[in-house]
Amino acid sequence: MELNAISIGFVVFSIFTLGGGFGVVTTRNLFQGTIWLMVSLFGVAGYFILLSAPFLAAVQILVYIGAIAILIIFAVMLTRSVARIKERYIRILPSFIASLALFLILLLGVTIPIFGAHSPESIPEYVASTRNLGTALVDENGFVVPFLLASVLLTAAMIGAIFIARDENA
Amino acid sequence: MVPLWMYLAVAAALFSIGVFGVLARRNAVAILMSVELMLNAVNINLVAFWRYSETGTDLLLNGYAFTAFVLIVAAAEAAVGLAIIITVYRNRRSVIPEEAATLKG
Repeated sequence: MELNAISIGFVVFSIFTLGGGFGVVTTRNLFQGTIWLMVSLFGVAGYFILLSAPFLAAVQILVYIGAIAILIIFAVMLTRSVARIKERYIRILPSFIASLALFLILLLGVTIPIFGAHSPESIPEYVASTRNLGTALVDENGFVVPFLLASVLLTAAMIGAIFIARDENA
Repeated sequence: MVPLWMYLAVAAALFSIGVFGVLARRNAVAILMSVELMLNAVNINLVAFWRYSETGTDLLLNGYAFTAFVLIVAAAEAAVGLAIIITVYRNRRSVIPEEAATLKG
């Protein structure tokens, strides 16, 4: 792997992504955990930039860091019972062994078989742009049906969340 | 560009961190945050395979669009999941999933 801007960016975003993920599962304070989650999601947005999907990176920043992380912070604030939880973890050793085994299985089963294939020289020079994606989302031969279904899903989720979280006594 | 297997290795590591969080954390909000980590690992894989796949002459959009739909479903899941957690906390004064066991036989 030669040293260029993309390689350096990959290493930096890997540190952001994995370090943030590690912080999410280890911090005692959930508010700090949400900040770590933001760091990790920012690293993933950087990957999307490196993989020439800038629209997804923008959506990642707006939806995940801007909306979902703020929503999680609200949930952390509304469910303050940190004092009651004495220990952070249950069944920590089996969980650690299970996740480590899953990582090794993924590495052996998915990553090793394509090691060497898809070298950086063979990737396509031209990729679809945001304009192509926007056209395909409203194209009847493209993704118009899932696009409409997504709007129905978002409406249902919004109404459901309001209905579930509503205080009936208020 | 870096080779494809590096993206897959990082995504596998992130997914495993998320699985550990889901299995081991006691707080329901922390479990939901770990689920978000797993969804992001899947998104990295989808975009990486989309970028590195051989397209020939025409432009492929399946991986790109699929990732956008995963983002939409993740947003809906987070909203409904946090609403459920807040309701459980209001009724039981607890965010520990083991203590919400009314339906357990």
